[in-house]
Order: sequence, then C-alpha cells, then structure tokens
Amino acid sequence: MLEVKDLKVAYGRVRAVKGISFSVEQGQVVTLVGTNGAGKTTTLKTISGLLQPESGEIWFDGRRIDGTPAHKILGLGLAHSPEGRKIFPRLTVEDNLKLGAFARRDRAGVAQDLERVYTLFDILRQRRTQPAGTFSGGEQQMLAIGRAMMSRPKLLMLDEPSMGLSPLMMQRIMSTITELQQEGVTILLVEQNAQAALSLADYGYVLEVGQVVLQDTGKSLLTDDKVRKAYLGED
Amino acid sequence: MRIPQLVSPEQQQRLHPIGTVLTVVGGLVLLASTFLPWAYSSAALDDMTILGYPSTLQLYAAGFGLGAAVFAFLGRRLARGDGRQVVGWTRGAKTASVAAAVYLVVILGSIGLELGGLVNVVYGGWVALVGALVALVGSRLLVSGRPPRLARRVPPAWLGILSIAAAMAVVLYAAYYGLDQEDAGGFVSFVVVAIGAVAVLFRLGVMRWLSAVSGRHRKVLIFAAFLTAFAFPFTQNGSDENMSIATQVLIFAVTALGLNIVVGLAGLLDLGYIAFLGAGAFTAAILSNSVFSTVDWHPPFIVVVLISGAVSGTLGLIIGTPTLRVSGDYLAIVTLAFGEIFRFGMINLDGTDGPDLTNGSNGIPGVPDLNLFGLDFKDTHTVLGIQLGRFANYYFLLLVLIAVVILIFVRLNNSRIGRGWVAIREDEKAAEAMGVNVFGLKLFAFASGAFLAGVAGSIKAHHDVSVTPDQYIFLESAFLLAAVVLGGMGTVLGVLVGATLLKLMPEKLRFVEEYRLLIFGLLLVVMMRFRPEGLVASKRRQLEFHDDDDELAEKIQSDIDEREATGVVPVGGQA
Repeated sequence: MLEVKDLKVAYGRVRAVKGISFSVEQGQVVTLVGTNGAGKTTTLKTISGLLQPESGEIWFDGRRIDGTPAHKILGLGLAHSPEGRKIFPRLTVEDNLKLGAFARRDRAGVAQDLERVYTLFDILRQRRTQPAGTFSGGEQQMLAIGRAMMSRPKLLMLDEPSMGLSPLMMQRIMSTITELQQEGVTILLVEQNAQAALSLADYGYVLEVGQVVLQDTGKSLLTDDKVRKAYLGED
Repeated sequence: MRIPQLVSPEQQQRLHPIGTVLTVVGGLVLLASTFLPWAYSSAALDDMTILGYPSTLQLYAAGFGLGAAVFAFLGRRLARGDGRQVVGWTRGAKTASVAAAVYLVVILGSIGLELGGLVNVVYGGWVALVGALVALVGSRLLVSGRPPRLARRVPPAWLGILSIAAAMAVVLYAAYYGLDQEDAGGFVSFVVVAIGAVAVLFRLGVMRWLSAVSGRHRKVLIFAAFLTAFAFPFTQNGSDENMSIATQVLIFAVTALGLNIVVGLAGLLDLGYIAFLGAGAFTAAILSNSVFSTVDWHPPFIVVVLISGAVSGTLGLIIGTPTLRVSGDYLAIVTLAFGEIFRFGMINLDGTDGPDLTNGSNGIPGVPDLNLFGLDFKDTHTVLGIQLGRFANYYFLLLVLIAVVILIFVRLNNSRIGRGWVAIREDEKAAEAMGVNVFGLKLFAFASGAFLAGVAGSIKAHHDVSVTPDQYIFLESAFLLAAVVLGGMGTVLGVLVGATLLKLMPEKLRFVEEYRLLIFGLLLVVMMRFRPEGLVASKRRQLEFHDDDDELAEKIQSDIDEREATGVVPVGGQA
C-alpha cells in the first residue's frame, strides 16, 4: 500500500534521512522505532508532503506521491497525526474533529464518522463543546487520533502517540490502535517506546541516524538481542 | 474594560451595607443637584443656569445618579447570599457611578473651558460633583456577585422583537442627536453619556440578554438594523453636512470590512490595504466621463465597478503570490512597502516619468456624479416631504454595498473556507496536516479583500469628485487596521463600531485636530492594555487574550450551556 524507496531528506545541508526504504501492506500495523534523531518524524512529514525529499520515491496506492502538495496527499487517503498532537487548543473538540474532515465534501459521511469517533472515545462526546486546550495530554491524544480518523484514511500515520502520557493512558491509546486495525485501517506507527510499539506491530523497522538498521516482524524484533540491549534497556 | 480593584472582595463583603448607603445617598444628591443651576452663564453647553428646571445635559447626569441609587438599593441584599443573581444590580451601580463621575468632570471641565475658568461653575455643579464622588466611593465598597444570568431568561417572541425595535429606535435617535451636536463640549458629553449608558446596560446583563434575544430573532434584527440605517437620511431634513460625514463613515466601514476578511478571518497582517481602495478609485476615475480622464473608453458604471474590483483583485494576486509564502512580519513589511509603491506609481504615471494615466500628483479631478437607473446622484429628491440631497443618494448606494459585503463576509466565515481560515490562524502547520490548502486559502483571502476594496474605491471616486495619490497614504491603512483591531477582529458589528468611531470622532472633534494622532495613540495603548480583543469580541479571541480569567471562563461555559439548551448563538458572540 505504501512503499518508500531510498528516501533521502535534508534540512538545508544537514541530512536527516539517509536513504531508507520500507513498505506497509494493507491492513498491517507497521512501526518505525528508534531513538531521538533517527529520522522517524522527518520520514512521516515527508510522506505526508509537509517536507520535500531530496531524492527517492514514495508510492501510495499505486501512485507516486513525492512532490505532491500536502492537502492533495490527504485527499488520497493518507492521514497524519503529527508529533506533539498539534490540536487546535482554542477550538472546541467538535470543531477540531470537523477540521479533520476538511478535505471531504460528503456531509453525511462526515456526520457518520463523527459518530464513529465519539463511539470510539466517549470522553470526546462528553466534552465536545469544550476548548480542546483544556484537556489532559491523553485526552488530547485521543482527539488527535480521532481528528486524523475524520478524513476516513486508508492509511493512518501516528507520530509518537504515547509521548508524555501516563502508563495507563498509553495502554488505552495502544489498545485503540489495535481496535482501529481490526476496523480495517492500515497504520504506520512511529514510537520511541519500542516495547509498546513492537508488541502490537505486524512488522517493524529499527532506524538509527537516518538509516534502517534492522527489520523483521514485531515479535522477532522484540526478542532480538540487539534490540533488547539498545532500546528495551536490558543487558 | 476592568478597573483595578481597590477594595478586596472580603472587605466588600463586610462593607457592602455602608457602600449601599453611600451610593444611594450620592446618587440622590446628584439627582437633586440637577434642579440647581450649574453654570454662571447659558453660553456654555446648554442652559444650566435655571433653578428648578434641569437642562438636557443635566438630565443625563440625573439619569446616572438615579441609576446608581436605584441599582445599589436593589442590590442591597447581595452580600448575604452566594452571589447568584439574575440582574447585576451592584455591577450596574458601580458602572453608573463611574460614568456619573466621568461625566461630571467632562461637563464641569467644558463649562470651565468655554466660559474661561472654573469660577463659572455655580454651587449646583459642585454639589453634583460631590454627589457623584460619594456614589463613586460608595460603589467601590459593593460586592459584585457572580455574573448576571439575565441572558438565560427567554422572553416571549413579541417582547423580544419589541426590544430589538426599541434598541434600534434608540440607536437611530442617538445617531441623529449625536451628529446634531455642533458644539464640541456637547458632543463629548453625549459620547460619554452614550458609552456610560451602554456600559451600565452591559454590566446589568441587559446587553447580553439583548444579544441572546437578537440571536433568537436574527432575521428581525438584520431587517431592523437596515431599516434603521435606511431611515437615517430622513432625520437630516436635506442637510448635506451630516450626510457627508455619514457617507465617509460608510466608505470607511466597507473598506474596513474588506480588510477584516484579510486580517480578522485569514489572520494576514496587511499594512497597505488602502492601495487596493486607491486602485479601484483610480480605475473608476480613469474610466469615468471626467474631462481629465486619460482613456477614451467610458463604459457604464456597473461595468466600471467590476473592472475596478478586478484590477484591485489582480493587484492582490500579484502582491500575494510571492509574499504569502512568507508569514507574519514579512508579509506586513511587504504590504507596507506595496502601499507606498502604489502611491509613487500613481504619482509617476504622469506622462513624463511613465505613461500618462493618472496626471501624476494632480490626480483626476472632476469625476462626474453617478447616474444609475435614471437616478442622477447630483439631484436632490423629495421623498415623503423630506429632502434627500446628493450625499443621501450615495449613502443609499453605499448601504447596498455594505449589505453585500456583510453578506459575503458572513457566508465566507461560516463556510468551509472560513473553517480553513480558522485553522490557518490557529496553527498553520497543523492546518496543513489537516489537508487545508494553506497557500491557496491565504491568496483567496488576500485577493477577495482586494476585490471588495476595489469595488468600494469605484464608488469613492465618484463620491469624492477628485482622485489624487495623496488620499491613499500609509496613515489611512493604519486607520483602517485600527478600526478592525479596536472594533474587534473577525466580527461584523465590531468593525462597524470601530470604523464609525474612528471616522466620526475626527469630524466632530475639530478642536483637538492637532492632537488627533496623540489621542489616537493613547486610545490604542489603553485598549491594548484593558481590552486587547477589541470592543466587540468574538469568543475565541477573548479566550486567546484572557485564558487565565476565571470569570470569563465561567461566562463562556454558561454560554455553551445556554446554546445547548436553546440551540441559539448570541449575536456578536459567534467566533
């Protein structure tokens, strides 16, 4: 469904992504794990068109999408829930969610999806008229995921959904990801929390300073010695 | 606007009874004093020399005094309960006392200035001042209580509609009366009274009630507002003097509304907006039948309007395409420069430095009056026995234009495009991730704002008779922006109020002309300190500027509850 080939991205003269390749198949949860500065966020931003690649190819649904403007990529069915959530703090929950559906024009479908998001996250329904900035981090993350879902994406990219959350809230978010997968959404998940991400991913890629250093199924990576040492804090 | 709290809430809780007595006594003293003479001579303001018969200006003081006394009396039990209240009596009493004191200072000051010294203030005036000050001190001791909940009361439809009609009648009378004040002192006093009365009604909770009622009867409100505006020329009895001020206000307001799309909705700071008005005006003047026109093609005015709009809109696209990729300060600087480039360009298109198009700094004088649908705008018409002069004709045309602009503004704001603008304003990066075409929407805002300014300019050319480059200086752009910011960015009502104030004040306050910019600057500083969201604020902006304000948070929450309960959005309150 998504195929990234030898992608290179640079901020000015500093190259953050140094030729990575990976693919995501329909219905899978695929994760990119790695430490700070590994190039995970840069990769996602480039896929969604917020950054332009230096070289390499990005294919989505049989189409080459590198160089396409961000608002058109979203229209193709590729949603991006950005790092740090980036919700609109002064807008109400409902306005936030409706903005997630900005690229769509089928009102009935939007209303349906709004209901679906409210069913998924009941707390959002209860607080739909409140400004989103008054929410806790976990609630904001739910909103960010819900908002990304509002574009009815074929592929959902989540950037660090567990960032700054309590262990309990993190579990909730992770189980939501599994729920979404069961609903048929394909997910590309970027996480620093390798343990959580790998245990629910079908397939994982380990990134280090802009390159893929390891790739395997989630379970295998979880038991891989190198991964355990480098990312799971075991020796 | 919040006045710093001198007495703590705990002290107020304790001193409330004393405060009530002082406010009531002070208010009554002020009321009684209006039956005494205030001035030595009747030459100042209106005749305040008569014992036992208050003049109009004295009656206003009596109103504030009576208000302070009655409201304080009605709010006497507030300190005992939990502060819940339907009508904010003590809040009203506090504001009425402040208004009374300010008003007295203005009146006595005017008497002193106009008659040459405060000796001309007679004992009645001093009694009034003492009364006002006692009420002021007393009112500081009153508890405020929780925000009034009057707005939640839903009146029967007939009462609501009647209230809207009454409010509009008051507005019409105030416009008539205010513009009629030739004397500067009289005008300032009137302004103080008007602001004071609105502030008192606001603190009582009446304004919010009215706004909620208007939200329920939105169509009635819009109809009544336009009927009121339409009726205004009929109060002037053929006089062109005030009508020319009114048309200037309307031109300014239309332009400010156009700028409001750019600044208030899309959040783009444009410091050269006047250039688009100028481009429209020059286009219309060049295509008009003026003997100084440099072009031989003179299409009908309807066509000219569209061409003027298109020329300005195209200029907007040309300026916007390279600059809207940068944000914030850069855009402001580029548009500032563009405004100046436009002016110099018009000066240089004089046949020696460039092609002969604008006659250089002489501009194009002698732009003939409009002639639309057989109506010659230079003629005076008599309707219902009332004469309507040249400016009244332009007034009606501008009224139609302003209605169109407001319609466009509201439709845009509530559309998908409007939501995109909100997202861009809030967070450009996040908006982009939501699939908002950031650059496209910004360019659209910029060009459509320019188009509307061009259309306004085409009427302005005929209204002003002559079009010269020096009418379109940076200061005008600054004033337009100030009207938007002072009034309330992103709102229609606020910008109308802001534009009216900024255009009306200089006309009526000729005596402070040299200090105009100084006063204007002070006003801006005071506003930014106490009410940065503007006179009429959209709710989101209030949140933006006061997110640590508990009272406001409570108010917004209660609005949300109210909207849930009744399904109504209060007027002026929509974000």
